[in-house]
Amino acid sequence: MAQDKCHLITQVGQPQVSHCATPLPVQESLALGKHLGKALPAVSPSPAAGRVHDDLKEMLDSNKDSLKLEAMKRIVAMIARGKNASDLFPAVVKNVACKNIEVKKLVYVYLVRYAEEQQDLALLSISTFQRGLKDPNQLIRASALRVLSSIRVPIIVPIMMLAIKEAASDMSPYVRKTAAHAIPKLYSLDSDQKDQLIEVIEKLLADKTTLVAGSVVMAFEEVCPERIDLIHKNYRKLCNLLIDVEEWGQVVIINMLTRYARTQFLSPNQNESLLEESAEKAFYGSEEEDTKEPKAEAASLAKRKPYVMDPDHRLLLRNTKPLLQSRNAAVVMAVAQLYFHLAPKAEVGVIAKALVRLLRSHRSVQYVVLQNVATMSIKRRGMFEPYLKSFYIRSTDPTQIKILKLEVLTNLANETNISTILREFQTYIRSMDKDFVAATIQAIGRCATNIGKVRDTCLNGLVQLLSNRDELVVAESVVVIKKLLQMQPAQHSEIIKHMAKLTDNIQVPMARASILWLIGEYCEHVPKIAPDVLRKMAKSFTNEEDIVKLQVINLAAKLYLTNSKQSKLLTQYVLNLAKYDQNYDIRDRARFIRQLIVPTEKSGALNKYAKKLFLAQKPAPILESSFKDRDHFQLGSLSHLLNAKAVGYQELPDWPDEAPDPSVRNVEVRGAPQGAGCMGGQGGSVSEESGSSSSSSSSSGSEEEEEEEEEGSGEQSEDKEEEEKRPKRKDKEGSRKAAMGSAGRYPLGKRGSSVNPFSLNPAVTPPPPQPIPSSSIISTSLVTDLEGLTLTDTSLTPAVSVPHALPGMSRDPCPSWGLQVGGSASHTPAPRPRQLLSPAFGAVRTYELLHRMAGEGLSVEYCFSRRPFPGDPHMVAVHIQISNNTDAEVKSLRVSEPKLLSGMRIQEFPEIGTRLAPGDTANVVMGIDFCDSTQAANFQLCTHTRHFYVSIQPPVGELMAPVFMSENEFKKEQGESLCTVVDSCHPCCSQ
Amino acid sequence: MIHSLFLINAAGDIFLEKHWKSVVSRSVCDYFFEAQERASEAENVPPVIPTPHHYLLSVYRHKIFFVAVIQSEVPPLFVIEFLHRVVDTFQDYFGVCSEVMIKDNVVVVYEVLEEMLDNGFPLATESNILKELIKPPTILRTVVNTITGSTNVGDQLPTGQLSVVPWRRTGVKYTNNEAYFDVIEEIDAIIDKSGSTITAEIQGVIDACVKLTGMPDLTLSFMNPRLLDDVSFHPCVRFKRWESERILSFIPPDGNFRLLSYHVSAQNLVAIPVYVKHNISFRDSSSLGRFEITVGPKQTMGKTVEGVIVTSQMPKGVLNMTLTPSQGTHVFDPVTKLLSWDVGKINPQKLPSLKGSMSLQAGSSKPDENPTINLQFKIQQLAISGLKVNRLDMYGEKYKPFKGIKYMTKAGKFQVRT
Repeated sequence: MAQDKCHLITQVGQPQVSHCATPLPVQESLALGKHLGKALPAVSPSPAAGRVHDDLKEMLDSNKDSLKLEAMKRIVAMIARGKNASDLFPAVVKNVACKNIEVKKLVYVYLVRYAEEQQDLALLSISTFQRGLKDPNQLIRASALRVLSSIRVPIIVPIMMLAIKEAASDMSPYVRKTAAHAIPKLYSLDSDQKDQLIEVIEKLLADKTTLVAGSVVMAFEEVCPERIDLIHKNYRKLCNLLIDVEEWGQVVIINMLTRYARTQFLSPNQNESLLEESAEKAFYGSEEEDTKEPKAEAASLAKRKPYVMDPDHRLLLRNTKPLLQSRNAAVVMAVAQLYFHLAPKAEVGVIAKALVRLLRSHRSVQYVVLQNVATMSIKRRGMFEPYLKSFYIRSTDPTQIKILKLEVLTNLANETNISTILREFQTYIRSMDKDFVAATIQAIGRCATNIGKVRDTCLNGLVQLLSNRDELVVAESVVVIKKLLQMQPAQHSEIIKHMAKLTDNIQVPMARASILWLIGEYCEHVPKIAPDVLRKMAKSFTNEEDIVKLQVINLAAKLYLTNSKQSKLLTQYVLNLAKYDQNYDIRDRARFIRQLIVPTEKSGALNKYAKKLFLAQKPAPILESSFKDRDHFQLGSLSHLLNAKAVGYQELPDWPDEAPDPSVRNVEVRGAPQGAGCMGGQGGSVSEESGSSSSSSSSSGSEEEEEEEEEGSGEQSEDKEEEEKRPKRKDKEGSRKAAMGSAGRYPLGKRGSSVNPFSLNPAVTPPPPQPIPSSSIISTSLVTDLEGLTLTDTSLTPAVSVPHALPGMSRDPCPSWGLQVGGSASHTPAPRPRQLLSPAFGAVRTYELLHRMAGEGLSVEYCFSRRPFPGDPHMVAVHIQISNNTDAEVKSLRVSEPKLLSGMRIQEFPEIGTRLAPGDTANVVMGIDFCDSTQAANFQLCTHTRHFYVSIQPPVGELMAPVFMSENEFKKEQGESLCTVVDSCHPCCSQ
Repeated sequence: MIHSLFLINAAGDIFLEKHWKSVVSRSVCDYFFEAQERASEAENVPPVIPTPHHYLLSVYRHKIFFVAVIQSEVPPLFVIEFLHRVVDTFQDYFGVCSEVMIKDNVVVVYEVLEEMLDNGFPLATESNILKELIKPPTILRTVVNTITGSTNVGDQLPTGQLSVVPWRRTGVKYTNNEAYFDVIEEIDAIIDKSGSTITAEIQGVIDACVKLTGMPDLTLSFMNPRLLDDVSFHPCVRFKRWESERILSFIPPDGNFRLLSYHVSAQNLVAIPVYVKHNISFRDSSSLGRFEITVGPKQTMGKTVEGVIVTSQMPKGVLNMTLTPSQGTHVFDPVTKLLSWDVGKINPQKLPSLKGSMSLQAGSSKPDENPTINLQFKIQQLAISGLKVNRLDMYGEKYKPFKGIKYMTKAGKFQVRT
């Protein structure tokens, strides 16, 4: 057994090549053989193995499936145990076309395992897979591609390439997913194919199904992580799909998007980062921090432009947040690191709760999470402070977990909680786990250095530990006390005296060395004891450890310089002993010091400075966490955990100083947008208008349709599935609704009351359903509301293309009001009276008023037509679509008992007198004056049998109407309303 | 991503290996064995071990090390979580996850592993899909298979992978439609010497066993959802519904699954259902120490505390213990110094106690640490946080299912410092 190990270790010592594509049969089989003996003592030695395999061959050759299966099972069992079954290759490969599905699968397993070693024979199986690739069944196509790409035979690279390309445009998303999986396989086999593979990746990245997304991003990360440009067009789609991607894909996508965001957006903390740094310095550093810095910072702050978050940046943060609730620890960690690296400081806190939750999980998960928490807690202490108690240590925790928790507790310590933490530490010191106790003492030392208030308390506590019975504890305390004393030696000569006494008992070399150093360093505080200690040490010099000997020499030298009368002879003696020491370091040191301190004729000029050299003021050591600055590695990564760059680690780039052009993420619309898709059956004005919308708008809203499409693109759109999708889609809509709601909280500045670019010009409103009072279509307060939005958005986003700078959309993935400012070259100066544009310029979004479930079969959706209500200019028109999914008729639908906030008004739709037959839908329009607030309008929806409480909450974007204006006009309006910030905020023309 | 997987038993034998890319020699495990030797206990083997050419990530469960070999940067939790999922899957398939079980079912294990990863990237990890692909072995099926020669590999294709509810297999049929939910809460607490609570929090889960025909759409609502401080869901739960209405709405997977885990924070006052009175003292001069523990009920809401087990790791200096319990049985292992007392039910009229003396190593000084006491207990029909399920509704199917809900409170990591 021992020999066995030996052999293996030497083998390991050799450079290992086995990880590269070429197999190392000799070395491997050696290792396997050796290990087999260990694992399976019963297995016969290899010469007999051939004969054992004969019966397997016979079984494989038989024409009974059950025999074949039995043989294959035995072979797979051999593979599983690591036994060599390669000589069966010809017999097995023959069965690749076997009808029996299990035999076939097991043959695949065998093939993938051994094809690399028997390349020529493996080729025999290729034609079967090529046939499989053409099979009408998608799952057979997928499995053929999977196996074909898994056999690592370089000759078939062209065949694989072809197969991947074909599969990438397969109808079935499952096959496309398999194609994505095959890409890294081919790449590892032949990296020359990179360019072609990137093409395939690009194509698959554009795929809109959740099934493919995770796999293709994985392929992207393995093949071409540097091609960040491929992501631009797919960024928004990936963000939107994220929640529905399978867990493992989510992790990969989130990690990739973190990197992407770091290259494309500006730091959300750029204003605070400087302040924070200085705060930190003040905390860690000593008092002599210069005061020039704040001024410089203030200056640099002033220079900086006000920051506003890119809507795409916000989109990412918003769409990942729900994933903190995932059951998968890896997903939670991925989101946590994304927030840590990308979110504004104020928002990072949300991840703490989820991370603390993970601490309940298995030990290995805890270990990884605690490592990351340790790093985070240095940067953002406040985040974990409420969860302090979750890091308390239990005696049953494994040591490595204890030490990590201790690290976190130490990082979290501050003036307010230090007393509780120290009380905890007192318990820990009495633990049976001595490694842990030592770590606790170190932690106390760190608390004492960081928090001046408790320094004395800690020091006293540590001094008490000096009388502990356990030597390790005492030694650790000595080391820590030494560091603490260095900070304020003058007041603590008592402690130094006490420690001097310890030299008689304490044996741990590190501790002895520390004491000697202390006495030497502060010998003027203990003038009587120091020479005595030296005397004792001189006596035992020859028996000391090397580090102690060095410190004895140091002590002697220092005493010689300060108190040569008493210690001259002793020093000579010690130096003489050292001169003949076995260790050359000590001999060297002795020679060096003798020359330096003992004045002779030969000794040079340095002699004069000996005192300065030895007794110079030494800076106090800084006790800091080993996790400090680990966050330059992406959190959650292997490299972060190991604190060393792992193979293939992608550096997390620093934020750019200037944001790259955000318009690269805009996706072109193919054909006319069918934004009103969700309003399908509604023949009325809305769908008409959608036809009239211009396709030249660079719409960021195409996501909407894409999603719509994606849901339909699964091959099997059975009714059943369709039905399940519906609630899901609703969920999504709900999320958007919430998002829009949040946009309402966007700072609303009220600057001036000049004409707003978005105000509606009553004179030219195209075919208004009813004559409109000349005052204004939208109430004045709404105008200011909008104006506020405009102001904040445009004034704060310099160099952002206009579609983003428009109000209401800043937080919204897909509204495209598509004002034509950007591409105005084609638009000749527009007529001065502004035109009210068709509202269906982008996608009109439907919201849910009453869910099918809640409404007992009655479902109601609504959308904003984005124009005033015909009856009342102060009201917004809301289109309501009622569909009856029950199996009974619904009668007398009406609105009743509106509960409105003061000022809000509602114009109910006339009662639908006719019956609504099962499956039918009805469309009505009602008007609501929201009073320019985003407060919900609550009312009851009544049928002949039931009352449902419902509410409509308007997203800010829906309280506006689109108008047409040229670029010049826009600028002009903008200039009028933004006279202050004009120069910095030209809306740039993105095209 | 994941290159290879090695399964290593307590004796240090590699009893299963699986490679998803080129074969990695098992000699790579020697680094693992070295690390194992350095760490005194299995618990202390670092989960991530770097070697010159590979990284070994391991989890230790059921006395088996699952060691994954990776070659390049990958989030460690990704691999660790996956390994745990593998263990869970085995447990799901074979009832227990043990070396013997794995060895007996090595072919099924291999087939499952083959499906779970493709080129080292997770492919199918949902147990519902896997079970459709590879049928778990049952005695009946084994018999049938040997007679008819049919196989464990499903001949249907894994439609679940393609559907929008990938966690549920299609075409589920039951004669008895039933849905059971277990609300299980665990109290994690540290109680200090004087009996006051240092930290206490409640971790709860709702485990479900749903056997319903077709594609049911369930909603579960709580009387007091505000209690839940932090939740994590099975992917089937519609997050938005929870956000807006605090209702769990989901299409359940078939069979057993964990619907929800939640956390009731330390900020809320947590009722501690038991107390421990202890008097453990070592004397400096004598080689005898006194030991006395009494366990009693505290805030149990009128329910019985049962399944009480007290364990304590005694200091090294303790040679033996002579104790008399008022009820239950106790064991002291002089080698590991672990004292374990199986109390059973607590009768409030007659509190269980364990009294006696400890004999200490002669000559050595008294140990300066007192042992901590770990407590396990169970309370049936009680969710200590007060969480109550309001109702369960089913949509999408016509039949009436049988519904059941069960509450239980358990001790999690419940420690009393002495």
